[in-house]
Amino acid sequence: METNERFTKETWPAHPETATLEGKNKFLGFWLFLGGETILFATLFGTYLALRNSGPSGYEFTTQNLFDLKLVFAMTLLLLTSSLTSVYAIYHLRNYNFRGVQFWMAMTALLGTGFLMFELYEFVHYVKLGFTFGSSAFSSAFFTLVGTHGLHVAVGLVWVTLLILRNAKRGLNLYNAPKYYTFSLYWHFIDVVWVFIFTVVYLMGVIS
Amino acid sequence: MSTVAKTGFEKKGFGATLWDWMTTVDHKKIGIMYLLGGGFFFILGGIEALFIRWQLLKPQNDFVTAGTFNDLLTMHGTTMIFLAAMPMLFGFMNAIVPLQIGARDVAFPFLNSLGFWLFMLGGLFLNASWLFGQVPDAGWTSYASLSLASDGHGIDFYAIGLQIAGAGTLMAGINFLVTIINMRAPGMTYMRMPLFTWTTFIASAMILFAFPPLTVGLFFLTFDRMFGGAFFDPALGGNTIIWEHIFWIFGHPEVYILILPAFGIFSEIFATFSRKRLFGYASMVFATVLIGFLGFMVWAHHMFTVGLGPTANAIFAVATMAIAVPTGVKIFNWLLTIWGGSIKVTTPMLYALGFIPSFVMGGVTGVMQGSAPLDYQLHDSYFIVAHFHYVIVGGVVLGILAGTHYWWPKMFGTMLSETLGKITFFFFFVGFHMTFFIQHWLGFWGMPRRVWTYMDGQGWNVANAISTVGAISMGIGILVLIINAIMTTVKNEPVANDAWEDGRTLEWALPSPPPFYNFPQTPLVRGLDTVWIEKQEGNEKMYTPAEPLKDIHMPNGSILPFVMTLGLVIAGFGAMFRLEHTWGLPVLIGGIALVFLAMALRSVRDDHGFYVPKHLIAEDQQKYEEGGHR
Amino acid sequence: MKKKTWNGRWIALLALITVVLAGCGNAEISTLQPAGQVGKDQFRLLMIASSIMLFVIFVVVIIYTIALVRFRRSKVGEDFVPKQVEGSHTLELVWTIIPVILVSILAVVTVYYTYKLGDVSAMDAVDEDGDPEHLVVNVTAKLYWWEFEYPNEDVVTSQELVVPVGEKVYFNLISSDVKHSFWIPSVGGKLDTNVENVNKFYLTFDEESNGLKDGVFYGKCAELCGPSHALMDFKVKAVDRDTFDDWIASMQQTDEQSPVVDEQGEQVFAESCIGCHATSGVGVSNGIGESNTMGPNLATFGDRNRIAGYLPHEKEKLKEWVRDTEAHKPGNKMPSFTKEQISDEELDALADYLFGLKVEDDQETKSDR
Repeated sequence: METNERFTKETWPAHPETATLEGKNKFLGFWLFLGGETILFATLFGTYLALRNSGPSGYEFTTQNLFDLKLVFAMTLLLLTSSLTSVYAIYHLRNYNFRGVQFWMAMTALLGTGFLMFELYEFVHYVKLGFTFGSSAFSSAFFTLVGTHGLHVAVGLVWVTLLILRNAKRGLNLYNAPKYYTFSLYWHFIDVVWVFIFTVVYLMGVIS
Repeated sequence: MSTVAKTGFEKKGFGATLWDWMTTVDHKKIGIMYLLGGGFFFILGGIEALFIRWQLLKPQNDFVTAGTFNDLLTMHGTTMIFLAAMPMLFGFMNAIVPLQIGARDVAFPFLNSLGFWLFMLGGLFLNASWLFGQVPDAGWTSYASLSLASDGHGIDFYAIGLQIAGAGTLMAGINFLVTIINMRAPGMTYMRMPLFTWTTFIASAMILFAFPPLTVGLFFLTFDRMFGGAFFDPALGGNTIIWEHIFWIFGHPEVYILILPAFGIFSEIFATFSRKRLFGYASMVFATVLIGFLGFMVWAHHMFTVGLGPTANAIFAVATMAIAVPTGVKIFNWLLTIWGGSIKVTTPMLYALGFIPSFVMGGVTGVMQGSAPLDYQLHDSYFIVAHFHYVIVGGVVLGILAGTHYWWPKMFGTMLSETLGKITFFFFFVGFHMTFFIQHWLGFWGMPRRVWTYMDGQGWNVANAISTVGAISMGIGILVLIINAIMTTVKNEPVANDAWEDGRTLEWALPSPPPFYNFPQTPLVRGLDTVWIEKQEGNEKMYTPAEPLKDIHMPNGSILPFVMTLGLVIAGFGAMFRLEHTWGLPVLIGGIALVFLAMALRSVRDDHGFYVPKHLIAEDQQKYEEGGHR
Repeated sequence: MKKKTWNGRWIALLALITVVLAGCGNAEISTLQPAGQVGKDQFRLLMIASSIMLFVIFVVVIIYTIALVRFRRSKVGEDFVPKQVEGSHTLELVWTIIPVILVSILAVVTVYYTYKLGDVSAMDAVDEDGDPEHLVVNVTAKLYWWEFEYPNEDVVTSQELVVPVGEKVYFNLISSDVKHSFWIPSVGGKLDTNVENVNKFYLTFDEESNGLKDGVFYGKCAELCGPSHALMDFKVKAVDRDTFDDWIASMQQTDEQSPVVDEQGEQVFAESCIGCHATSGVGVSNGIGESNTMGPNLATFGDRNRIAGYLPHEKEKLKEWVRDTEAHKPGNKMPSFTKEQISDEELDALADYLFGLKVEDDQETKSDR
């Protein structure tokens, strides 16, 4: 199948993301990449768990007195919703509804931006309190784990923005369908990682 | 849709040739670049090794200073593992695996090129430390307390250089996984894949899971050294043992990432030059998978003396010994492959035959060190130096040298001199055992590793002198190989498709070197050792096409991989000098911006590749048949 | 009967390996001439492992050699096409099961010794009077020297460890700067000195060291720790219990009356050295790794084997060392002293003074015992 062939709703394949060899490769390659990312985050989680109670003697910050669950809960809602909107986008991708894809991808980007704003606010707030990156092993591990996730969100936002802009005039084809699809995979992955961060860092931090 | 008229028979000027290589996404060219790039670093690491051995020739030698010696031992280890052994193996994987499975190219040609440039420029970045006179000096393991205490930018070069090169490795790993899963020719089932393809597959899977921890560890190190982090600072609650765990969670699988492809190379060579199917193919595959799996379970055997406690030590000791079983299965399968065969002792086969006793020796000393309480004595002594050189030189380097001789005709279209090849083998092999065998005893006699000098009167003098002489002999062997490569290239006598005449796998059905689109028609694979089957049935073409002749879709070249890598290197320098020069931060940001610009450019532009029309392919085939390249 | 000959063969093989391996190396530093229970256990493990491994090598070499001799193409003929054998389940089972058995044997022995050598539960045991039952030594590794503190005796020394023979000596190990590793090859090895936690293990010394060359066991740093890693040696004096008690008693008196040999030297020391070095071997323990002074304790300087851990124990070497420490031990923390800071004459006096710092009896009296 030609990658830049024009389609109608009838000729559009049921799984446009894997209809070409390039698409199949991208699909599999991206899953594998996410496998590697999982190990990366697992290492960060492991380090965080090892260091979360470690600071210089007399260190004032603990997981109990630092985190604010309300803020984090709002962030979680935003990111979970953005995962849902990206599912809508893929639904429309399969139905050859380009405007639907663009709209829901834009919504995803918007919600992701909201999440990132909250995270920036959170970080700035901590630094103001004196909980800076280098103040303890705990803070280094915290900022690195959560910050790496935040960086992934930021990269995702740039990525989806470029996707929306570059394809605005092109419409859907078998060349860019895998691109939308891998982005949504990536976004779900980020969401899952956040669920773990929410549980391991914040929830377990406040409760334990 | 663009098409091209070029097929590879035209001559080009120097500038055009250079541009062609810098922008190429052809897996065969990238394979050659990996081999030559890795070869360059291999020579560099070898020179460092000779300096090390020369310094240790006699007690209290003053050939190099203590500081320089630590620079040398660190750069020797780092260079050989990351910049020599792995890239040269990648060279063979790139050049051969797509041919062995009957594919046009790898799954992601662009990423393939990017991976190469990340390795090459990352390696040059690391070695630029010599020019700055601030060289990594905490060993290739760079244990955190020492690497944080190290002055100057040495360790920064290490952390950033390996970060860049490591990213390239990860890409290569994913690329080969997808290539092997998705792009096998019709009939090439998993259990018909040549063993080199299998070991590449498993090694790539290991890369995927082993390199992310290294990435994280290097980031921690970078943060602690350059951005005020506190991961490894005990005063701020940090813990240096975390570095050791992360490093070895990467580091132990890394050893298998190196040795498995070498196993694959030897498996091909044993079968080829015994004219016999690999004995116990299925159990070989299973053993490979098992080694890959167990490779992740044993990292703490590098840390028996860290004080993890008897329970942890006992568990990891037993797990370590378990690896001996699948490895033993492999050794016996190779032995039974040559048993009852028709052994032709060519240069590659010579290396394969030399490999068996060498690697068995390295393997058994490995099991000995797996025994934790015994390791308390052997750890960080010269015994361990002997052990891992027996495994890595006796396994990986012999594998690389074997592969170089074996696949040289396929990659370069001309045959290395067999006489010079055997001379190389003689000097290298004898020198290797001379250098490292005696080091087992140096370890028993109490000599710690990584010592810059030693006092007279401890009973170590003669053994060290012998070891140094052996190292020189290895150097002579490599020198002969270089001469051989140059002479062969100058002569440039073309060779046939099946250059060794006993070829069994698909790469030997193609011209040497193959056209850039590989198979004009995708082959139909009819069994394990499909070329052997076709030859036995008298098929002179050596493969059966699975499809009619049609236009071939190929990817476009691109300079963007080079540009992206350049951006990362620039950013690396910026990050490093950020604290002492005002230009540091802008350079860091500029470098990263360049990377993102190139990525955006790549992502925004459509790149549909091009088609080679079938009439050109047919003409090409005509030329080959008339002896264009034979 | 048959079983006996088998045993006999194993013993013969073991003996052969022993002959090949042992008898090599210098007694004061070789792991092949173990002088303590830990080292002996490890040596026994080495023998067991080597026997199993030599058996494996033997089998491989036999098959390999026969195959190479019999199946060369020159022998079997240029046109010979070998049978394309797929494999053999029986054979594959054989070479899976036999290695599993061999490895299992080694694994059992390994686990046994791992727990045996890792057992430090008796470390803090006390007798009925509340006195510690075992000798405990706190080892602090520093760039590039070793401090040995006897917490229960309130004694501190450096560079030369003094221990009694015939009993378990427990060690607390830590580093105060970068990671090092504590290794006495001929007595047993080895444990890292980490920067963030205390490691514990024990060693026993079965033989007195005065019969050895230099009268000491050699100790080494086994973890790369910087430029002078190679020179971070220490020495061990293993003596009988009475001598050890005498030594402790003398050490405990070093703060009261130091046997001053040279008064000008003492003056120089007080002006230039005392900021970092103590001459009293009494050190009330502040906890493991919380050391008393910047530089090595010099209370036993006159008794030692080496200057700066590795140079010959001569006054000339001491003077060279003080004049230029960096040239002798790159990266060490001791400053060099110019002629303006310590004149040649003062340095002579200082050397006399330092060589007079002794707590041991002279060599003659020692051998009289």
